[in-house]
Amino acid sequence: MSERRITPPDPHDFLAVDSALPAEERAIRDTVRDFAERELLPNVADWFEAGTIPDPRGLAKAFGDLGVFGMHVAGYGCAGASAVAYGLACRELEAVDSGLRSFVSVQGSLAMTAIHKFGSEDQKQKWLPRMAAGEAIGCFGLTEPDSGSDPGAMRTRARRDGSDWVLDGTKMWITNGSVADVAVVWAATDDGIRGFLVPAGTPGFTANVIHKKLSLRASVTAELVFDGVRLPADALLPGSKGLGSPLSCLNEARYGIVWGAVGAARACYEAALEYAGTREQFGGPIAGFQLTQRKLADMVVDVNQAGLTALQIGRLKDAGACHHNHVSFGKFANVAAAQRVARTARSVHGANGITLEYPVLRHMVNLETVATYEGTEEIHALSIGQSVTGISAFR
Amino acid sequence: MNIVVLVKQVPDTATERKLSSDDNTLDRAASDGVINELDEYAIEEALLLREKHGGEVTVLTMGPDQATDSIRKALSMGADKAVHLSDEALHGSDALQTAYALSKALGTVEFDLVVLGSESTDARTGVVGAALAEYLGLPQLTLAGKVDVDGSAIKVQRQTDYGYDVVEAQLPAVVSVVEKINEPRYPSFKLIMQAKKKPVQKLAIADAGIDAAGVGLANATTETVDFAAAPPRAAGTVVQDEGDGGVKAADFLAEKKFV
Ligand SMILES: Cc1cc2nc3c(=O)[nH]c(=O)nc-3n(C[C@H](O)[C@H](O)[C@H](O)COP(=O)(O)OP(=O)(O)OC[C@H]3O[C@@H](n4cnc5c(N)ncnc54)[C@H](O)[C@@H]3O)c2cc1C
Ligand SMILES: Cc1cc2nc3c(=O)[nH]c(=O)nc-3n(C[C@H](O)[C@H](O)[C@H](O)COP(=O)(O)OP(=O)(O)OC[C@H]3O[C@@H](n4cnc5c(N)ncnc54)[C@H](O)[C@@H]3O)c2cc1C
Repeated sequence: MSERRITPPDPHDFLAVDSALPAEERAIRDTVRDFAERELLPNVADWFEAGTIPDPRGLAKAFGDLGVFGMHVAGYGCAGASAVAYGLACRELEAVDSGLRSFVSVQGSLAMTAIHKFGSEDQKQKWLPRMAAGEAIGCFGLTEPDSGSDPGAMRTRARRDGSDWVLDGTKMWITNGSVADVAVVWAATDDGIRGFLVPAGTPGFTANVIHKKLSLRASVTAELVFDGVRLPADALLPGSKGLGSPLSCLNEARYGIVWGAVGAARACYEAALEYAGTREQFGGPIAGFQLTQRKLADMVVDVNQAGLTALQIGRLKDAGACHHNHVSFGKFANVAAAQRVARTARSVHGANGITLEYPVLRHMVNLETVATYEGTEEIHALSIGQSVTGISAFR
Repeated sequence: MNIVVLVKQVPDTATERKLSSDDNTLDRAASDGVINELDEYAIEEALLLREKHGGEVTVLTMGPDQATDSIRKALSMGADKAVHLSDEALHGSDALQTAYALSKALGTVEFDLVVLGSESTDARTGVVGAALAEYLGLPQLTLAGKVDVDGSAIKVQRQTDYGYDVVEAQLPAVVSVVEKINEPRYPSFKLIMQAKKKPVQKLAIADAGIDAAGVGLANATTETVDFAAAPPRAAGTVVQDEGDGGVKAADFLAEKKFV
């Protein structure tokens, strides 16, 4: 047997979380990291400051060429990669910015998943290949002004009129809502909650951009208003039935967040490690002070534990054994870990940490959205509580 | 038109590179291997030419087992198949021996055009393309910033200090490319997923008819006699601007022969 040398941990992958990844997953990770560092990172602070993505179509095309949209879906022009590979892509994108990972989550995990799971063959053929290629953008409208954590209380209604449907209501906080070519809209019907495909430009449908956000600024968020929107019979997603349909899509997107949060955390930790090593106060690098070392230790533990959590949930998913409570665990644990890391990393940066010259405050405020959408921290705590006690405390 | 792209795996320029003290050769295990940057431009050009003229793109790599990662990346960018020349006997081969070995390996593939990067980031000799063309007895078109193929005629813009020369030849030919030529694509996930199904032919030196006496460290035509770490950077010179800062800056550049 050949002698194996024990090497000290790599500060950038302390527990060697990535060491057992097969070649394909490594290739996908490296490709996304390379793309993100070259094409996204140099621009993201400007986009964040401007409070928008200036060229969403160009960005969608670039993501489409890479193959990241719906990458874990098989067929219809999608790559058919593993759940872990999809997770790695989310991790590397969110290491740049949560808003950019959100772009991919909404397109791939929410809009495309809804069409893939519940759409007719015609709907799939019409939308999925173009969405995979980034030629068409989709959004996902579930939340309303008066219904967030409790989507079952939605007021948007679709009623039958002959063979047509007529849609009335308002959706709120819809990522990519004003740039989408097609909105997947959830509405109450006489037959329970159902999904509809509403193309942009349909008479009576307007999208209004939401301004004054202090979080997820490198992302477009909109309000969707439906005022007597007449839709043909084939706008209905025929397979959708009940609240479980949109919730199953959210579960896919949340899975991406479990990984994405690791990326945001890692980026903050790495920025802090680098800053602490070069910033000198009291005659030496601040990395040499005990309090700073405690911060770095806390951060490296959070980043690696979150990384392991994501990988384990990914492996469960690839084995077909991932329950939605596993995903709740991952979102609850990893987003909170990322928030701790971001806050700590920001403190290490002193005054520099409050600017866009460094990524830490940007990540820190982005994570407020990440902790809120796709089920708030509280709701995931409640679903974990329900899972371990068998008692529902919230519905 | 069938194209062979020569792809070399080199140590990542972003990491610290080391020579091995045993035999003064590059320690390829000490740092991550990546595709030599200019070879990515060569791959891109081959793919663009295939998109225009049809045919197949074959990757040819000479290097140890770990070069498989680079081959896989080239296949993930869109190359059709690969030939991997790997043999203990090749260890320590210099640029001329490498060109000889590659010329023999090319004998196992049908091609109309060979494309390669004009130099590698590790050795930076820049002679492999020329030596290879010589061994093959084919025209060499070096430092190409633009390539056009029309039937069996090939025309390139060869980048020079003063602009470019237009150089023409008949296929088959060897073309080395410079960075200006294109913008290499990212591998796509779909192609990454397909890469492992693409054929990779492993060649030992005997399979390619390579004479063991013509390759390897012991037979190299050049020798690394010694090496030393680069000296630490000397402190910079501070020039006080007393109204003549521009003149001083120009003098400095002239002294260093930049202007
Ligand atoms: C930037 C951004 C982008 C978004 N993108 C989309 C999108 O693309 N599509 C979409 O449909 N939605 C989107 N959302 C909406 C998001 O999903 C909701 O904000 C989220 O579900 C929470 O709903 P709410 O904001 O109405 O908060 P509420 O549900 O009103 O919650 C307010 C507070 O009460 C707590 N709470 C609620 N119920 C309970 C309970 N039973 N017990 C204890 N505490 C409780 C919550 O945890 C929270 O702390 C986005 C949101 C943001 C900020
Ligand atoms: C918006 C804004 C307005 C400001 N206005 C003013 C102003 O009007 N006038 C003015 O003079 N200044 C002002 N400041 C500067 C402010 O007082 C400094 O930012 C603060 O003193 C911290 O210094 P620093 O940013 O250089 O961080 P650093 O001192 O470099 O600290 C970086 C990190 O290292 C830690 N650290 C440093 N030394 C040690 C140690 N020995 N042990 C453990 N940890 C250590 C710090 O706690 C911090 O976490 C302002 C700052 C901001 C952000």
